[in-house]
Amino acid sequence: MGRTLAEKVWDDHVVRRAEGEPDLLFIDLHLLHEVTSPQAFDGLRKSGRKVRRLDLTIATEDHNTPTLDIDKPIADPVSRAQLETLRRNCAEFGVRLHPLGDVEQGVVHVVGPQLGLTQPGTTVVCGDSHTSTHGAFGALAFGIGTSQVEHVLATQTLPMARPKTMAITVDGELPEGVTAKDLILAIIARIGTGGGQGYILEYRGPAIEKLSMEARMTICNMSIEAGARAGMIAPDETTFAYLKDRPHAPEGADWDAAVAYWKTLRTDEDAVFDAEVVIDAAELSPFVTWGTNPGQGAPLSASVPDPASYEDASERLAAENALKYMGLEAGQPLRSIGVDTVFVGSCTNGRIEDLRAAASVLKSRKVADGVRMLVVPGSARVGLQAVEEGLDVVFKEAGAEWRHAGCSMCLGMNPDQLAPGERSASTSNRNFEGRQGKGGRTHLVSPQVAAATAVLGHLASPADLADADTPAPAGV
Amino acid sequence: MEAFTTHTGRAVPLRRSNVDTDQIIPAHWLKKVTRDGFEDGLFEAWRKDPEFVLNRPERQGATVLVAGPDFGTGSSREHAVWALQNYGFKAVISSRFADIFRGNSLKNGLLTVVLEQQTVDALWELVEADPEAEVTVDLESREVRAEGVTASFELDENSRWRLLNGLDDISITLRNEDDIVAYEAKRPSYKPRTLPV
Repeated sequence: MGRTLAEKVWDDHVVRRAEGEPDLLFIDLHLLHEVTSPQAFDGLRKSGRKVRRLDLTIATEDHNTPTLDIDKPIADPVSRAQLETLRRNCAEFGVRLHPLGDVEQGVVHVVGPQLGLTQPGTTVVCGDSHTSTHGAFGALAFGIGTSQVEHVLATQTLPMARPKTMAITVDGELPEGVTAKDLILAIIARIGTGGGQGYILEYRGPAIEKLSMEARMTICNMSIEAGARAGMIAPDETTFAYLKDRPHAPEGADWDAAVAYWKTLRTDEDAVFDAEVVIDAAELSPFVTWGTNPGQGAPLSASVPDPASYEDASERLAAENALKYMGLEAGQPLRSIGVDTVFVGSCTNGRIEDLRAAASVLKSRKVADGVRMLVVPGSARVGLQAVEEGLDVVFKEAGAEWRHAGCSMCLGMNPDQLAPGERSASTSNRNFEGRQGKGGRTHLVSPQVAAATAVLGHLASPADLADADTPAPAGV
Repeated sequence: MEAFTTHTGRAVPLRRSNVDTDQIIPAHWLKKVTRDGFEDGLFEAWRKDPEFVLNRPERQGATVLVAGPDFGTGSSREHAVWALQNYGFKAVISSRFADIFRGNSLKNGLLTVVLEQQTVDALWELVEADPEAEVTVDLESREVRAEGVTASFELDENSRWRLLNGLDDISITLRNEDDIVAYEAKRPSYKPRTLPV
């Protein structure tokens, strides 16, 4: 019987397989950042172990880093201490590190792909659940806890039980104005935050094949929000073109050998998935969240749902809690929801294509009075590229704040946070209570919806701007 | 890792689904570089409400958390497990756990037990009616027992063996050093490297 993409990559990394034991998997790339690594390095030190494969390990700083005044000492002493701990650990153990201020610094899941380190058919891990991002290249990539970080540092392997596989087939074509973010939010709303639990997802079908690498990364990034540790997309010419000539891409004969292998990484015709979900792309429209988990979303054209409409008691209670926390009323049109802050950035939507999309909406327009908009490139390189293209000027002229690279407002670990009760439209990945700052209220959106929302001051899509730009005919 | 064989204690009923790890331990606590001292951060936002179940006097000293479905979703932060353990929890019961949280818990000796929602409901009713009611989580017999409730649970034999013996994963893996060396020797040259060879 044929094998799925996930099964092929898995099988190629089995170091040891024995009855009654989890498979021992080899890890091709281990990404580190300051938050989930200190206790792992401590563990190595206590047991007198070394980093087994320094040549498969790389670190950067992202979660704690400020996005303003990056040349000054970090104001928060606890954040500073954590960054200093990473620098000390990397120096002591010999790990390559791109610290704040370095041209290769940035959100770890933006840095790996742009360096060409994330490649098809590799296993990639990081102490961060959004490691699923790298699956966009046909890599098997998943987030791990700190104990596992220590395990990989010491052994370059992980004992893992093989998950089941689920196909998410997206038929048809995404309509004009509908993005990868809308698609993944719709998928999560369909299968739920636990729907992918125990599975590796494979996104496939004509709508997926047409997507750029950036868009594929947005999709795979949020696999974890559907409960799946990993999401994958089969590599194709789009993948190869993205990788060619990147700093760590193979060269010469190695490139040819690699591409020959990468081309084998497709689910066989006769392979069987453990589960399958089919989505019709043509039915989708801009999608936003209204609640406090990423599965609580709806088309922008819809209204806040009535908790009483849920048959399942726990879903009903969750919706009641969410409305209370979010300060929303059942039946309120989503477009009527006003925001204080708009955030464009994160490992979900902080790549160059995302910034271009937001800039194209903002060009010659202004951020609404009373709305604060932050634009944060996913990496220092993405920031440089945006400046080269003049996107920073578009953002600044519109009244948005143009910042340095980092995780920024995706999570409340650095100075970029919502105040209690503040409401945001955010291109990030989690709308959990307090995620963007204590008491903050988050609506997850695409970069295009974020930009249109910034202009109008309430949840909106670029299509609404076109309407607003056209004055109503006289007498109507 | 501390071994887990069997544990009996009072329980906290947490009637919430989708308790994500940002709720279990908010991000600002993640700046610490140790594995201890997270107890005050556990459910920090909810604990501001004096009526929150963890704040009730009758729940003080309870060691078993009985939670709604999809417990531990979101961020991979192992700090969520440390916070629960630092606070004093020995076991968490739910009808469904997020994968990464579950893996993290079993690597630290916090036993996460999957029971059907019907049984979780029965436990909620029992411990809400009688806060003194004790719940036993028995890993040796893979069984949860409380007044009127006896439910067996599944846990793969390998995880169970590691937990019962408090075994350290890294030393188990390093017993297979030869397999790792053999695998490394056959890796193709086109695989990416972060450093020049």
